[in-house]
Amino acid sequence: MTTEQFGDLLQSKTSEGAQELTSRAKTRSEELRRELGGVLRLPEGVDADPGDIDIDVPDDETMILNLGPAHPSTHGVLRVMLELRGEEILRCKPVIGYLHTGMEKTGEELMYHQGSTNVTRMDYLAPFSNEASFCMSVEQLLGIEIPPRAVWIRMLMLELNRISSHLLFLATGCADIGAINMLVYGWREREVLLSFFEKVTGLRMNHNYFRPGGVAADLPDGWRDDVLAICEAIPKRMDEYDNLLTGQPILQERTEGVGAVDADTMIGLGVTGPLLRSTGVAWDLRRDQPYLAYDQVDFDVIIGSYGDCWDRFAIRFNEIRESVKICRQICDLMPPGDYRVQDKKVTPPPRGRIDESMEALIHHFKLYTEGFKVEPGEAYVPIESPRGEVGCFVVSDGTSRPYRLHMRTPSFTNLQVMPPMMHHALLADAIAIIATIDPVLGDVDR
Amino acid sequence: MAEPTAPNPEEKGGAAADQPDTPVAPGAVPQAAAPDESVSREPVPVSDGLLYGKPTEESHGTTIVHTGRDGYLELCQALKGDGYAMIIGVSGVDYLTHPGRSLPEGITPERFEVVVELLSLVRRHRVRVRVQVPDGDTRLPTLFDLWPGSEAHEREVYDMFGVVFDDHPDMTRILMPEDWEGHPLRKDYAIGHVPVQFKEAPSGR
Repeated sequence: MTTEQFGDLLQSKTSEGAQELTSRAKTRSEELRRELGGVLRLPEGVDADPGDIDIDVPDDETMILNLGPAHPSTHGVLRVMLELRGEEILRCKPVIGYLHTGMEKTGEELMYHQGSTNVTRMDYLAPFSNEASFCMSVEQLLGIEIPPRAVWIRMLMLELNRISSHLLFLATGCADIGAINMLVYGWREREVLLSFFEKVTGLRMNHNYFRPGGVAADLPDGWRDDVLAICEAIPKRMDEYDNLLTGQPILQERTEGVGAVDADTMIGLGVTGPLLRSTGVAWDLRRDQPYLAYDQVDFDVIIGSYGDCWDRFAIRFNEIRESVKICRQICDLMPPGDYRVQDKKVTPPPRGRIDESMEALIHHFKLYTEGFKVEPGEAYVPIESPRGEVGCFVVSDGTSRPYRLHMRTPSFTNLQVMPPMMHHALLADAIAIIATIDPVLGDVDR
Repeated sequence: MAEPTAPNPEEKGGAAADQPDTPVAPGAVPQAAAPDESVSREPVPVSDGLLYGKPTEESHGTTIVHTGRDGYLELCQALKGDGYAMIIGVSGVDYLTHPGRSLPEGITPERFEVVVELLSLVRRHRVRVRVQVPDGDTRLPTLFDLWPGSEAHEREVYDMFGVVFDDHPDMTRILMPEDWEGHPLRKDYAIGHVPVQFKEAPSGR
């Protein structure tokens, strides 16, 4: 095979066809307007006129560049197609699906108590959030209430997960921009958190710790000391990193004013989380539609003013500090009691009881082979993950497997804000923008 | 609400000049607009179990509205006018092998159901619209003109279930490769198995 034939074969086998960014002549005018970053609805009766579209450069003076899917800075297998005039981006189209593994279809084959193992791997950097929304949806369908200790344990793990996810954002975001020191520091801070997770759940990531009915096991002895040690160390180091990053002229130049989008665009696109808060909209599900026991802890909702990349950096930075505040309060307020609801039809018996009691053995057998049946119905419970609103929509049909499992994931929706952010940005800004959107491709593609 | 970590005022002045359409003096932080008192903070009122003529039910603080394809777009327009400014998601369900769901009177159950979740930030309330889509004619009008954020979700419903959204700007597959045949999340689409061949393990004896 000649090099040319190989090139043609490669092109035909790897082309995503109509999903790609095509030449302007071949793109529908509404889609063209969308790729240019035009989002808000045109007035009634006005059609998107191709002449309106503000590209004054003919087709043959621009270049369509492919960023990804194999790229160190696209946060996973994200492919972004850009039409460039020199360094300036005119049009942008993210192409996704490279990490799609059919997790929703798999979820229909797994029983409810296995669901956490599947769902936890979607947003693999904030696995507790996925598990929490799934378990809370199933608990709503079952109509059970979990004991207070389980609620507070879940809150503790969710907030520690928020810290570790934001630390990873800082690490990779700064590395993408070139501030490589932060990469090393971010991973180092995460180690402390991941070892705590391993102590509690047995795994550093993708824990399968939250189960419908509560959590899998109680917190180990000495957890309070570990959490307080984390709460002591992290704020001091965050102050050091604040000193390092804020005011650093190159970082400021690369992030201030870059990718600024206004609040109406964000709301129209359904964007939630730090991106929405960076435009000044103070929407945080922990405060505005509280779940678990968030109405009993005191924390601030951090908002930005300009909706640019630096705001998003600053918001996530300060959310780490707020999460530390919440964790300290949880250490004081953690109630004693059961860590799992004592409903024999939902919670398997402790392993020791199986030797002693026939009933325990039978329950264990039934639960792990047939699972627990859930009445027909549907539920959607959203929570605030580090990236935005994550919610699990479960439709049940009376059997022990979900009939339909859909995760409304924040990164999938947040990616829609990429064309407005990239409009007239430079190619180097594109990297900063993708970093601050903080997509997790497991979340996007499932 | 805490201020974000603020950079040096001189640098902020320089950066503000790069901002399109933000006439902000250097060092100043734009104040949030005063809340509009005329906008209601209560959930949209449901009378006699009907919302814009469509049957509703309440579920854990969310109002669920059932509709057929007729009146679906008008219902969504009315809800948007009522302050449900954010679209959270559009998902599909294939009820082919479901034993039977209870729908209100007047709604004919069809094979596919598209579920639209809406949120009003001001009312702090969610509304879920469930629209029935028949099997032979899986089309629905797009919500893109009302909520641009429905674009990716509708593409996913098309990809996974085959429901076509009319007037969608880019009705192509989003998760599966472009030339894939079939719609994976339909109930008559097999989960798929990778055939595994087992070799007899070599015995130690």
